[in-house]
Amino acid sequence: MKRRSIWSWLWIVIGMLYFILPLYSTFDFSLRAKKGVLSFLAYQRVFEDPNFWSTIKFSLVIAIFTIIVSILLVVPTAYWIRLRLPKLRVLVEFISMLPFVVPAIVLVFGLIRVFSGAPFFLTNTYFGTYVLLVAGYVVLALPFVFRSVDTGLAAIDVQSLTEAAQSLGANWPTIIFKVIFPNLRVAIMSSAFLTLATVIGEYTIASFLVGIKSFGPYMSLIGQNKTYESSSLAIISFMITWAFMGMIQLFNRGKADTSALAGAR
Amino acid sequence: MAYLSLSNVSKVFGTTTAVEDFNLEVEKGEFVSFLGPSGCGKTTTLRMIGGFEMPTTGVITLDTEDITYQSPNQRNVGMVFQSYALFPNMTIGQNISFGLQARKTPEKEIKKKVDEMLGLVHLEKHIHKYPYQLSGGQQQRIALARALAINPRVLLLDEPLSALDAKIRVELRLEIRRIQQTMGITTIYVTHDQEEALMLSDRVVVMSQGRMEQIGTPAEIYNYPSTEFVAQFVGQLNILPVTQVNKKDGTCVLAGQQVKFDQSFERSISETPRLAIRPEEIQIGIGEGRNTLKGRVETVMFLGAVVRLRVDLGGVMLSADLFNERNITLPRAGDEVVISFPEHSCWLI
Repeated sequence: MKRRSIWSWLWIVIGMLYFILPLYSTFDFSLRAKKGVLSFLAYQRVFEDPNFWSTIKFSLVIAIFTIIVSILLVVPTAYWIRLRLPKLRVLVEFISMLPFVVPAIVLVFGLIRVFSGAPFFLTNTYFGTYVLLVAGYVVLALPFVFRSVDTGLAAIDVQSLTEAAQSLGANWPTIIFKVIFPNLRVAIMSSAFLTLATVIGEYTIASFLVGIKSFGPYMSLIGQNKTYESSSLAIISFMITWAFMGMIQLFNRGKADTSALAGAR
Repeated sequence: MAYLSLSNVSKVFGTTTAVEDFNLEVEKGEFVSFLGPSGCGKTTTLRMIGGFEMPTTGVITLDTEDITYQSPNQRNVGMVFQSYALFPNMTIGQNISFGLQARKTPEKEIKKKVDEMLGLVHLEKHIHKYPYQLSGGQQQRIALARALAINPRVLLLDEPLSALDAKIRVELRLEIRRIQQTMGITTIYVTHDQEEALMLSDRVVVMSQGRMEQIGTPAEIYNYPSTEFVAQFVGQLNILPVTQVNKKDGTCVLAGQQVKFDQSFERSISETPRLAIRPEEIQIGIGEGRNTLKGRVETVMFLGAVVRLRVDLGGVMLSADLFNERNITLPRAGDEVVISFPEHSCWLI
């Protein structure tokens, strides 16, 4: 028993070192911008760079639109499949996994090729390009969003809740926005977080569509030209992601109990 | 014209006929139960009344209005589900007011109705709780209150007590009957529990393989089953092989002993008739004017209120239920006994 416990701890320590060591090394390196002393000089330079703020703001706005479009698209689709077309679930699940198989480079070239000519001409305007960027990210986020929402739907009795609401006189918008969405809150928040994390750091699609307007290409550019700042940017990017994760956890914890499953157990 | 009417209703799923040529007329304020085994079509029929399934053929009318193809949210029909289906994100008060809000009822009226409904199910103190904070029985009472809050034209209950334990089930079925009678609401109740159906209903519809086998009051269903299926499904029944059937005299031979059977009402009899008799009709000992048979006790099973004997009549096994008393003298396995039962208690099927 004791021997097993030692082995368990050994694997946990190895696992933690695997994740923490590179992060620690990066952090340590980011503090060495000033020769011979540890300082936050690299961080100061990053924060003083107006491009940092503009790119992160741009990526955040794009991420928010991506989340809204993804959820409005996926929640009703996954709900309808569970309710009325359960046989299609396997097919839709397969389609939602395609972004894992199709490389982002192929996706962005496809988007540019199809939407730069007649009848769409989306790449001719900034707005059109942003629409294309959000559309690309919706595809990229599809596996996380669909999986998360589908798992959330599996945890509630979709059919009975829908029929109960119908028998009480509710129409479809009322059912979706007052019954289904609130009961998927945790699933939606998880998928929103994963989408946010994906979009913030995404490089390939952003660099081909909007270049260094976006945070991913900006990080790459800094990485090519400024040694210490690139490490500090990596740490900042981690901190942003963790901050969002913490906020979501906090939000969920406050209301988690209210969505606990009721019904026959 | 009846308040709720189903005429020639059928439902086909692919190649499976779930409900076949179903006809039913329910009067206002009546409590009707659909009773049958799993897959007999009782829930499908209920769902067609609720609008959750569309009939393949037939017409459903409610209060002279044809509702056959109306969507569920236009029917004003309340539904209570086996799984309660309370909205987990809403408090008890919000659950009950949901249907009223969907109807855009004024806030003041909603509050009054919620209080009234909570009073009806004796759960006034739980208005601000969430469903998961209540027991199964309490959740089902809230589900009932929620369905009743909208003043439905018909209340549909789909095996509402199946997920509850035995004691709560008995309590709640009394409560359902009390509320139904208080409100005088037309109710359709689906169950596979015969005791529930017999206790609650004004009339019982016994279903098998998508068809209505018999409809009648609980006493009619139990005492005068019209088919072998009903006789076997509702209550316990001995079905015994007989020979030398004389329909004219109303006699046959059971295990070499002559028996007189009931011919007072018409029943369908199969090509190879058998004698049907309920175990509780049988007594130990000779009774004047009764069929009397000799046999040997095989087993004695104590079931609480009832003691069940298995009696071998000479190759034919028969069950007899004796009501338990403190000073009852029971035969033992291997004892030779004489059993008797009245002529009117047995019939040919």
